[in-house]
Amino acid sequence: MTIDLSAVEIARLVNAREVSAVELAREAHERIAERDGAIGAFLAETAGLALRHAEHVDAGVRSGRHLPLAGVPLAVKDNMCLTDTPTTCASKILSGWIAPYTATAVQRLLDAGAIPVGKTNLDEFAMGSSCENSALGRTVNPWDSSRVPGGSSGGSVAAVAAGEATIALGSDTGGSIREPAAFCNVVGFKPTYGRVSRYGLIAFASSLDQIGPIASSVEDAALVYDLMAGKDPLDATTVDREVEPARTALREDLAGVRIGIVTEFGLEKLEPDVRAVYERAYADLERLGAELVEVGLPTAEFGVATYYLIAPAECSSNLARFDGMRYGLRVEAPDVTSTYEATRAAGFGDEVKRRILIGTYALSSGYYDAYYVRAQKARTLIAADFAKAFSSCDAIACPAAATPAFEFNAKTDPVSMYLMDYYTIPMSLAGLPSLSVPCGFVTPAGSAKPMPLGLELSAPLFAERSLLGIAHAYERGTRHAVSQRIPPIVRMGAAS
Amino acid sequence: MSDIDVAYVAKLARLALTPAEIETFGAQLGALLEHVNALAALPTDDVAATAQVIAQRNVMRDDVEAPALDREIVLAQAPQREGPYFRVPRIIGEDR
Repeated sequence: MTIDLSAVEIARLVNAREVSAVELAREAHERIAERDGAIGAFLAETAGLALRHAEHVDAGVRSGRHLPLAGVPLAVKDNMCLTDTPTTCASKILSGWIAPYTATAVQRLLDAGAIPVGKTNLDEFAMGSSCENSALGRTVNPWDSSRVPGGSSGGSVAAVAAGEATIALGSDTGGSIREPAAFCNVVGFKPTYGRVSRYGLIAFASSLDQIGPIASSVEDAALVYDLMAGKDPLDATTVDREVEPARTALREDLAGVRIGIVTEFGLEKLEPDVRAVYERAYADLERLGAELVEVGLPTAEFGVATYYLIAPAECSSNLARFDGMRYGLRVEAPDVTSTYEATRAAGFGDEVKRRILIGTYALSSGYYDAYYVRAQKARTLIAADFAKAFSSCDAIACPAAATPAFEFNAKTDPVSMYLMDYYTIPMSLAGLPSLSVPCGFVTPAGSAKPMPLGLELSAPLFAERSLLGIAHAYERGTRHAVSQRIPPIVRMGAAS
Repeated sequence: MSDIDVAYVAKLARLALTPAEIETFGAQLGALLEHVNALAALPTDDVAATAQVIAQRNVMRDDVEAPALDREIVLAQAPQREGPYFRVPRIIGEDR
């Protein structure tokens, strides 16, 4: 079906009027009906909106407009607002809430002709690394339904991996785009902090949150990024700095590129089969012309500890707005304070409560300097380490995660779940552009199903164009994504 | 570090917790604090704190009238409303 083509190709066909956007909206609807019962990527389908928007896109094309995403089916993580549709953050506290406006990032893609097919599942308020913290649904990994899709953008990556949408939007605070993209064999890209407007993204940790694209190829991710990036008067944290189009700078080889391999991320810590995949990935970078240089990030090992003070502190502050007064759930109690307490107790799940408690503690009188301020200082050191590393390389390569996707309920201890983001958190703290690109498969012990792994590539602040170019050369030179693009759950579905 | 007064922190956070939750969260917070205490090994005395990484300060805009959200659409989602207002529990005169 047309939905299985790249976003670039779909837009070309729709602009040439060989296929209509309405046909694409119907294909997406059929796909979701056929597959989402098994996958659970979506919390809500927006079929009516998709069809109306598709008619509008077709009318635009007929009147001679060129739309760079004409007819491309788009899935949106359900922590981003889309007018007149429910936006839940996969939380009971927002269950049933209808967004009265549309996030800027989403609007820019709709203006470019993308078709909004539905809102995808996530860990509640984007807090988690497996999508298991959703209060509203369960998403499985399309490569093995006994395994998690990763998180928090688990629904968005599963939707793209299962062919239910061509592109998707995720949000990444400490790895929430990159880790699930690695787990589901898609490309997931977190731009520089401040590059993409967060207006309409429900805030988790404001000094870290960033919206980014999820796609089947680096070229599609670059196309979406180019359309979303740039200053937004509605988000004062967006940077007023020219966005050099990345899609026109994609390269085919890595001649003259220096790739940093991080001493402290030595592969000897990994399982032998996982290690072999990453050794081959590094060798492939070299084969494609890159020079590999060893770089040190001595403070990166403090990333998780730093993050789990800063992110919960900001979360406890941001989530104070969910008080049951103006929107969302309210649990009535005898007085105002007990109304707040009862509403939040009933509305938030365990992980959200845990993070609110950690953050409140870290910000409380007597502990603020010892925890929060110390973490803010550690962030300075981590960012400085990256700046130093980038004086001798153009990008850094490392695993996106230490393991492939794990089974449901495998990580019951919160700290072991937090350590899943070991390789993604340092880049988030430094605000860097960073992505995961498919790099091969391993078959976990006791399983017969090969599971994907992702190579994480990261670049200096605002070097998105260079980063996407490098990732594209790697992707084209290895074809891991293309050679095994169809997950088994989809192949079985297609056969029946 | 398992001596956190979880009940007190929950009160600050406006979260009602059951005794069982206080126990579970207390143990989990203790384990996390043990992990984050590793930061004490970093020499941070002479280091400036970073609130966010982009050199962006005090972004201003012109104070001009612009369309805002429709009042009816916003109020339609209120847990309780009274005419053009949100209806909320009594705050002044509260004992707590």
